Amino acid sequence: MSALLSLDRLSVTLHGGQRVVEDISLEVPEGEIVGVAGESGSGKSMTASALLGLLPDRSSTGGHAWWRGGGDEIDLLTLDQRAWNRVRGTQVAMVFQDATASLHPMLTVGTQVTEHMRVHLRMSRRQARDRAVELLDRVRIPDPEHALRSYPHQFSGGMRQRVAIAAALACQPRLLVADEPTTALDVTVQAGILRLLEELRAETGLSVLFITHDLAVLAALTTRAYVFREGRVVESGATEQLLFHPEHEYTRTLVAARPQADDWDEWEGPA
Amino acid sequence: MSDTARETVPDDVTPAEPATPGSPVADPAADRLLARRRWPQRLRLARVHSIWRQPAVVVAVGILAVWVVLALLAPVLTADPIAQSPDLYRPPSAAHWFGTDELGRDVFARVVHGARLSLPLAVVIVGCSLAIGGLVGLLAGYLGRAADEILMRLTDLVFAFPQIILAMAVAAVFGPSTRNAVLALVVVSWPIYARVIRSAVLSIRSSDFLASSRLLGVGPWQALRRDVVPNSVGPAVVLATLELGNAVLMLAALSFLGLGPRPPAPEWGAMIAAGSRDLSIWWVSVFPGLAILTVVLAFNIVGDALRDRLDPRYARGLR
Amino acid sequence: MLLGFLLRRAVVTVVLLVGVTLVSFLLIQAVPGDTMTATLSEQALQDPEVVAAYRARWGLDEPLHVQYLVYMRNLLQGDLGVSQQTGRPVLDDLLTYVPATLEIALPAMLLSLVLGLAIGLYAAVRHDRFGDHAVRAGTLVGLSTPPFWLALVVLYVFFYLLGLSPSGGRLSTWIVPPEKVTGSVVVDAALEGRWDVVWDAVQHTALPVLVLTVLTVAMLVRFVRSAMLEVLDADYVRAARAKGLPTSRVLTAHVLRAGLVPVITVSGLAFAGLLSGTVLVEQIFSWPGVGQYAFRSASALDLPAVLGVSLFVAIVYTAVNLLVDLAYGLIDPRIRLS
Repeated sequence: MSALLSLDRLSVTLHGGQRVVEDISLEVPEGEIVGVAGESGSGKSMTASALLGLLPDRSSTGGHAWWRGGGDEIDLLTLDQRAWNRVRGTQVAMVFQDATASLHPMLTVGTQVTEHMRVHLRMSRRQARDRAVELLDRVRIPDPEHALRSYPHQFSGGMRQRVAIAAALACQPRLLVADEPTTALDVTVQAGILRLLEELRAETGLSVLFITHDLAVLAALTTRAYVFREGRVVESGATEQLLFHPEHEYTRTLVAARPQADDWDEWEGPA
Repeated sequence: MSDTARETVPDDVTPAEPATPGSPVADPAADRLLARRRWPQRLRLARVHSIWRQPAVVVAVGILAVWVVLALLAPVLTADPIAQSPDLYRPPSAAHWFGTDELGRDVFARVVHGARLSLPLAVVIVGCSLAIGGLVGLLAGYLGRAADEILMRLTDLVFAFPQIILAMAVAAVFGPSTRNAVLALVVVSWPIYARVIRSAVLSIRSSDFLASSRLLGVGPWQALRRDVVPNSVGPAVVLATLELGNAVLMLAALSFLGLGPRPPAPEWGAMIAAGSRDLSIWWVSVFPGLAILTVVLAFNIVGDALRDRLDPRYARGLR
Repeated sequence: MLLGFLLRRAVVTVVLLVGVTLVSFLLIQAVPGDTMTATLSEQALQDPEVVAAYRARWGLDEPLHVQYLVYMRNLLQGDLGVSQQTGRPVLDDLLTYVPATLEIALPAMLLSLVLGLAIGLYAAVRHDRFGDHAVRAGTLVGLSTPPFWLALVVLYVFFYLLGLSPSGGRLSTWIVPPEKVTGSVVVDAALEGRWDVVWDAVQHTALPVLVLTVLTVAMLVRFVRSAMLEVLDADYVRAARAKGLPTSRVLTAHVLRAGLVPVITVSGLAFAGLLSGTVLVEQIFSWPGVGQYAFRSASALDLPAVLGVSLFVAIVYTAVNLLVDLAYGLIDPRIRLS
């Protein structure tokens, strides 16, 4: 059947007239992890923002973003603020690059994991708290009860990102947009987060759009991938194919620019 | 790390300058490195010119230009500002555009002549504060350690008083006069410059500019002159522009308190005080007030625009 | 730990207060000529007994550092000198005038904080659009207006032209003031149940509060705006929006909360602006507060009173800054819990 999300010639123009994304077409099938690779400024983060209606003020979009996660097929790009708030969190959710910056420093973890559950799922304080404990346990946060009462600065970087993932998954979204969620982390911590995402996919059928500039991560986690450059897709296909037999010149340079290709052996490889 | 950083600065942004004869750095690679530290400066100058695109800035500079011309030509343009006449408290008319005050003096002449006091005095206040504060800031930022600690605690002492309160005390202690009012305002405003310049110095100190020049054997005083001073110019310009307006405002406030230039000098704040005794003679105080408002507003608009362009972070929150 | 933070702040404050007294002491020493001739009135100088008592009380025959200790001892006993104008101890004068100043300064502070937050947040949300530009222009004008002139203009308009407000003072002249309990006429009248007097007193506070608020709000709005702009740009606000929270919830629970920290840190500065404002504004409204006392002392070159007021204001300001720091420590978990 048709994919959960398909971007049809998406383009994004910023307020000043600068076009940062141009004619991007991309598909995320149900229950798959799809990768997007590219250097900074390649338009990958802008694409992610467009998928959550979080583009900078007064930017404009073209094309379509067909979403089939909520029964009827809708075009995400046509949603107004009100409609967006029904989609965000419950159907599409997002994890950011740096959890230190994406968690509010002055709100407890409990508040940040539960507040949208209470809005979207109309849960009582108690129900939301119980579910938050489950969620934190699911993302392997030790002593969830205590964690709920703590503030983000009391956790390590990896733990913070797990909290952010728990918060993103709280209202059972179908698609998780992960914008370089492991870039700011140590390699060992990074591996743990990747494993967690793969588990979540396998167990709950979650789809993930995984954005990264790290080809090793791409190889480890995704089955399909898109390579972005200057706002366009230069190459796409099965990840393995892309990385080991790149066809486009740019993909080849990217692969060649990787420090040690042997590193890939350490990863568990695509599921 | 620093290798990759160097590569991300494209060479076309910073054409490497040939080593000047007698410069301590003869190594071309080193010269390229040193040329790099000038690029924020160049970028900033280009940004300065872009403020002309804002209509408000053009209007503000126009207002200031008009005031400067008025101040220069005041003796030619207007009547004698201290000549008394029997026409007391005349409302504005064709003969006296802004009316006359309690001694029958022409308010228009006094307002225009007021610019001959306020504008140069503001420049003197800002100049002296900048010189003292700049020196203290450079020393504190550059020497660090105990010197920094002592100098900054000194600024804290001044900051412990609301500006106008301390200025009032200093001016009262030394007695009311133009010189003492200026002295008082310099005493209360130099610490702001010291803080801003110090933080500019520190931000450069911690950057790799200085580290690299130190590696290349550039002495501390030379580094001060070549790196630190030029890079503090941006914040200093922004601050000085904003402080010009503040100086006009504070000088008027001191005069209003009776601690400024002595009568019959046509000082704007003193004129407002004179007019405040009777509401029916509104023209005596309204026009000098408008003079202050336009001058200060113009300085603030230009200062704001410069700050937006040059350094959105430095001056914020220091006032 | 929070306790450590508090302790450090308290120590810094004490050191600063000692420094402030030193500044005040040095200012007295800087008086050109004899300190005594400047601080004692003409007829007091004629009286050798008074002069001798004065020399002894301030240790004028001792070396400078001893004089400072004497000065500190006198200060700690509440001795700020004697006003030449009123002939009363400066501290007594100040305590008489403080309640009147508080009656306009507190409402102005409260109003300024509320309006400053609201307008600043509005401007940040409308960044670079018409509303934002209008707010920026308004705050620039507010910052560029001489306070005493603004006071005069509003008095001219609302009293002289429109007759909507009283000319000045705390109460209309025909009203018997309420018994002094709190020192605030409004509150004291309310305690006596004289609601017509409360209304009259409120009308008298309206213009001074308006002028002080305009000045303080202009400063606060600019600060709140830039603080909120930074917060609105932060990842955690995008994250909150990405969770599908309604805009109102994002603004109140996330943006305002984070923006509150920098706002609290400037509220001390806003308070300083307010104190300066009272000195420049109270005279216009014939408001019998510390500001009018300062104005009259400065105009008459009553040095003990001027120095007493400035020291007093600096101490209050330093104390307020300590409170601000404490509030800051309490509100930010990174300080409270780290």
